[in-house]
Amino acid sequence: MTTFDILTIDTNLVNANKASDGEVSSDTLALANDGDAQTLSLEGIARIDLHFPKFTDGRAFSQAFVLRRRGFQGDIRANGDVLIDQLMQMQRSGFSSALLRADQNAEHGKKLLSQYSAFYQGDTVNKPLFTPA
Amino acid sequence: MYQYTDFDQTFVQTRAAQYRDQLTRNLAGTLGDDEFRPLRLQNGWYIQRYAPMLRVAVPYGELNSAQLRILGRIAEEFDTPPPELLAHAQTTQDKIGNGPAPKLTTNYGHFTTRQNVQFNWIPIEKSADVMDLLSSVNLHGIQTSGNCIRNITSDERAGIATDEAVDPRPYAEVLRQWSTLHPEFAYLPRKFKIAITGSVEDRAAIAWHDVGLRVLKNASGEVGFQILVGGGMGRTPVIATEIKAFLPWDQIINYLEAIVRVYNGWGRRDNIYKARIKILVKAEGQRYFDEVEAEYQRILADGAQHTIPQAELDRVRACFVFPALDTVSSAQQSTAEHTLVEMAGHNTEFARWLEQNVASHQNPGLRAVTLSFKRMGQAPGDATADQLKTAADIAERFSAGEVRVTHDQNLVLPWVRVDALIELWNAAKTAGFARANIRLLSDMIACPGGDYCALANARSLPIAAAITERYQDLDELFDLGEIDLHISGCINSCGHHHSGHIGILGVDKDGQEWYQVTLGGSDGSELSGPAKPGKVVGPSFAAAEVVDVIEAVLDVYKDSRDGGENFIDTLQRVGFDAFKTAANSARNATARTTDHAAA
Repeated sequence: MTTFDILTIDTNLVNANKASDGEVSSDTLALANDGDAQTLSLEGIARIDLHFPKFTDGRAFSQAFVLRRRGFQGDIRANGDVLIDQLMQMQRSGFSSALLRADQNAEHGKKLLSQYSAFYQGDTVNKPLFTPA
Repeated sequence: MYQYTDFDQTFVQTRAAQYRDQLTRNLAGTLGDDEFRPLRLQNGWYIQRYAPMLRVAVPYGELNSAQLRILGRIAEEFDTPPPELLAHAQTTQDKIGNGPAPKLTTNYGHFTTRQNVQFNWIPIEKSADVMDLLSSVNLHGIQTSGNCIRNITSDERAGIATDEAVDPRPYAEVLRQWSTLHPEFAYLPRKFKIAITGSVEDRAAIAWHDVGLRVLKNASGEVGFQILVGGGMGRTPVIATEIKAFLPWDQIINYLEAIVRVYNGWGRRDNIYKARIKILVKAEGQRYFDEVEAEYQRILADGAQHTIPQAELDRVRACFVFPALDTVSSAQQSTAEHTLVEMAGHNTEFARWLEQNVASHQNPGLRAVTLSFKRMGQAPGDATADQLKTAADIAERFSAGEVRVTHDQNLVLPWVRVDALIELWNAAKTAGFARANIRLLSDMIACPGGDYCALANARSLPIAAAITERYQDLDELFDLGEIDLHISGCINSCGHHHSGHIGILGVDKDGQEWYQVTLGGSDGSELSGPAKPGKVVGPSFAAAEVVDVIEAVLDVYKDSRDGGENFIDTLQRVGFDAFKTAANSARNATARTTDHAAA
């Protein structure tokens, strides 16, 4: 499993050289959740912020997947309405960090990330269960 | 039937544990109701009119006896509301129409139009216990609701139909696994329903689905899929269009991934009534098709990790073989067939049961037998706890322990020996499952409607009961022949009224129950012709008028039919107007005094 950073507002502020929600530094891009991840220029970009306007709006999962497929190896960060019960889907779809909504319990979120040991379908991290050994 | 592996079993148990954690946090107040809602929906838990509703997933309709017994246990031990709640519900229902409402029932399961099983009274505090119990037999409610890929439905005669080109079940199972907890597609614009058939006759109504799949062989004998996209019922009934005439079988996941990914990105999120893929396909047309093709090419270029290996198809397909029954020798077959003909000759009830409820089979020594769950005194598709257990026993005794939940809310026994039919008929009669009405008028589809469902505009069950009561006589039912009557309590169309030869839709006008009647719909079967929605006959009718309307429509059929013509054939030949006039002539409460008839 690749690493996945669960960030809260406080940890985010502590890491002063990382941009917090809403601000971008020169090597960070924020892509709107109706933006085209397939054509976005990735030149010189170290981090891409993808947005969840509501946690039920799942467009960013596909954006993250497409970015990883294009070979982007930097940080893909979730922001907005980010809840611990979707962290697993985020990690599998290609996110490498998530800035939690203020009321979310990061400790419990960490536990939820390791609830399942394996899945049926492949994703950006795992091969499909049916892949020949 | 698919044989669940240790991996499958552990996975379902993990899911039950995940749900328990979510429920516990919600009850403790650390997981809000809004945040909990999609999580419980994707485990099958709705909050309904009076009580939670659970929708258990039944993959392409297949259940074994052990699973049926657990469903029976759940009905018996868990499907009970607190007495005050039941009393309150009954009192509230009694206030709706004129006079007391039919008695609300508890401790039963309901077979749905998507081959699933529903329970209407399990308290939410017990929901995690129920999920644990279900997981012990590899059952669950995974993705039976929510904006995700739902239960994949199929033909009730998959694997046994005489007109089958390719058994769709192995592919349905592979696709089920691929869609289960798919991380990218858990928060789509809206629900996503897939149906698959492998026969010439479409018993799965594939053209009415978001994606319809037909597995077939091309001219070279290679197996592949015809793919339809963008069908659906509801407010805007649409028939799916073909996006791919033939896709090699091992590419099906890759292509579906493209279809759903583009839908995830482009589907509307601003208006839930415009969020289904049918709206996107209508709005974008070729542009959507082109983007799916482009995305599919990108998936291929990326290595297509979901190309299905032959070994995986072989592994899954090995489960879907004829069960080890003693072979019916041709001598036994011949003797049995003679006995059946003889008995049918002097027993009309048995003759009719043979004709309507018993179907031919790929193995000539076997039959497919439908147990009818359409009778007076119970809502269509309902089975009490005892009936679920009895069905399990009958399946074990007569059908190698397997049943299928059908799209029309009955159960099919897929492996019945021809020389066991008489014994089965007797057992089915004792159990109350032997009504010889399959495909006849009283074999109607009805959703739970306003008695149970918070979405409903009107009750469907009293209408279903009234029509069942009026048309009880088997002679009359046989004379009327095959008719698809579908009843929905609201425009969400869970009762599939759009595809009925006769459709009834509950509407709410001024806080009262009214019913729109449609004629000439089709589910895409050979009997009914190409899939299409029925046409409304006029303004809605009062509840008390509905049975008279049905009678008037059927009288036109009886008066106009040519020889042994079916209802739908007469309607198509004679035309809509005569039936429309007859239906509207049955108005008394809603009769208009002027000539201005609203559309």
